[in-house]
Amino acid sequence: MSHAKVRVLVAKPGLDSHDRGAKVVARAYRDAGLEVVYTGLHQTPEEIAEAAVQEDVDVAALSILSGAHLTLVPEVVNRLRAKGADDVLILVGGIIPDEDVPALKEAGAAGVFGPGANLDEIVEFTLANLRRRGA
Amino acid sequence: MSNNPEGNRRCGPGGRSAQGGSDPCRPPAARKAPATPGGGVHLEVPEHRPGGGERRERFITISDREIRGLYGPEEIRDLDPHRDLGVPGDYPYTRGVHPTMYRGRLWTMRQFAGFGTAEQSNARYKYLLSHGQTGLSVAFDFPTLLGYDSDHERSRGEVGRLGVAIDTLADMEVLFGGIPLDRVSTSMTINAPAAVIWAMYIAVAEKQGVPSEALTGTIQNDILKEYIAQKTFIFPPGPSMRLITDTFAYGSERVPKWNTISISGYHIREAGSTAAQELAFTLADGFEYVRAGIEAGLDVDAFAPRLSFFFNSHSDFFEEVAKFRAARRIWARGMRERFGAKNPRSWMLRFHTQTAGVSLTAQQPENNIVRTAYEALAAVLGGTQSLHTNSMDEALALPGEKAVKIALRTQQILAEETGVANTVDPLAGSYFVEYLTSQMEQEALAYFDRIEALGGVVPAIEKGFFQREIADAAYRYQRQVQSGELGVVGVNRYVEDEPSRVELLRISPEVERRQLDRLRDVKAKRDQGRVRAALEAVRSQARGTGNMMPVFLEAVKAYASLGEIIQVLREEFGEYREPAIF
Repeated sequence: MSHAKVRVLVAKPGLDSHDRGAKVVARAYRDAGLEVVYTGLHQTPEEIAEAAVQEDVDVAALSILSGAHLTLVPEVVNRLRAKGADDVLILVGGIIPDEDVPALKEAGAAGVFGPGANLDEIVEFTLANLRRRGA
Repeated sequence: MSNNPEGNRRCGPGGRSAQGGSDPCRPPAARKAPATPGGGVHLEVPEHRPGGGERRERFITISDREIRGLYGPEEIRDLDPHRDLGVPGDYPYTRGVHPTMYRGRLWTMRQFAGFGTAEQSNARYKYLLSHGQTGLSVAFDFPTLLGYDSDHERSRGEVGRLGVAIDTLADMEVLFGGIPLDRVSTSMTINAPAAVIWAMYIAVAEKQGVPSEALTGTIQNDILKEYIAQKTFIFPPGPSMRLITDTFAYGSERVPKWNTISISGYHIREAGSTAAQELAFTLADGFEYVRAGIEAGLDVDAFAPRLSFFFNSHSDFFEEVAKFRAARRIWARGMRERFGAKNPRSWMLRFHTQTAGVSLTAQQPENNIVRTAYEALAAVLGGTQSLHTNSMDEALALPGEKAVKIALRTQQILAEETGVANTVDPLAGSYFVEYLTSQMEQEALAYFDRIEALGGVVPAIEKGFFQREIADAAYRYQRQVQSGELGVVGVNRYVEDEPSRVELLRISPEVERRQLDRLRDVKAKRDQGRVRAALEAVRSQARGTGNMMPVFLEAVKAYASLGEIIQVLREEFGEYREPAIF
């Protein structure tokens, strides 16, 4: 299967400045042959949704290590829906306590990856769960 | 090899002398590590010693440094103990900045803490002090670090999460309520808005009846590593450096016992750098601040004694010890030889250490107690002046009270039971440690040359040099863990399926609401005319060249908020946008 056309937006919502994980994951996607757009830091949910639409991505991978995930993830999902981009696969990574995972999934995140997550598994999960092009 | 056309004999970035057996700038390692044409440091690894099978093909540190099976006199044949080590308390301070080190005074046990409202953090500080902690260390939330008030749109969901929320002087009054600021030293992890937060601290002390001359503590105030790694920047480099030299000047006159900067490698390392990169980039930043201070017209010996450092202590034990020892030697040589500092206090690199947050695992979190203890041992054997030990639950959330106490007790056990504080620099003379120390120094000097070739620290930041080096190292490390070349217990070795059961500290959404209420209340009650005048004074001072500290002090005393003051500066100085490199 060629991944060359799968497009991923790696995004840093909120004021959180911890970008090591986001960059490592972005590079893992790129090495796996996906096209990666990295937003850089300090993006509002609106800015992320706008970038996802403008860049026509299949996946939005949100990296949050500030503890603000329960506020920010639903916001991003809502903004995407408002723009008609509800088929974008939403993934969340960062410092996420186990008990918050159900709430994030309920809000629309397909996968949640914590510290120590395996890069190859993240890529495999992404490709297996694409919504726009199917697996 | 040298970029220095005059061939001056200087140490530190900006040139170093390349020849001469007794050159004070020249590191003493036996085997030279020449800078390769590509710019990377080539680590010469001698032929493998034959005889018997070994467990692995390569033995490496977490920084991908290859380590040999045995080191001996050959590896340190160029080491001159008098020139390169000296005695503790003497140039070049390789063995420590004090003659008696921990026999005279133990390191300061300083746990970084702050969360929720000022009341909650104040209670945590009193808890830590009551359990034998000897200094405070304040963590601020993201809105505060980025100069936004709690009621700003961008602050939603972030208020009080990763640190305490500070909007106005009223919050600082609560934060330090009942804590005698003439007797407790306070370290504040604040950078882009550091000068304003420091003004608040000085103002709170004044209300307690403590003069600024009596205050002891540190503001991190290190903007260069923000651009490089931690990324809580606000303004472009030019005005940011001005704010920093303003604090140098104000501090040397009015707050003489305060460390006006903590030049930090911690975050560079956390972002994924190697040990050698942490060392090199941090000291390059340090020399850049010295250059900026001198360019601002300050006498080097007036401010250099108040510069302090902050390093990471990661999990590869000997590499960390060597890094700390090399740091002191490089700094001493650079300050004396290159900048001509005369005061020995200007030559001394004093540093705080925090154990490596990134080394903690979410899996089997109790194991983090052990990791942290080893890292703390490396910091102490490296001669740190103060230490923060991480709590076992920090890969999952902010630390809970019990976890914090165990972390503090880890330091106390080290100090009271292990005997490591009985003698100074006990690893000196080890073939391996001395070899690694010299190797680290050489690698740092090679990086200084590369930075200088890019035009200096700020141009190198703007070109994304540091960011790319760090991202490369972080990715390589992740791949080495993934392939199993590097082992991490609980992650790729001895994995268990049991989910972790550690009680986590939760920050209630209530915090945000209460903070907004207090901000509204303060803004309603203050003298609006005084606030407006103070903010105008900030604006006009920003347009000129005068020291900003006096106008910040007046503004905070008028209860102008941090967000209001920073907003004026955003309008005057502009905002920095980073190149997004991965």
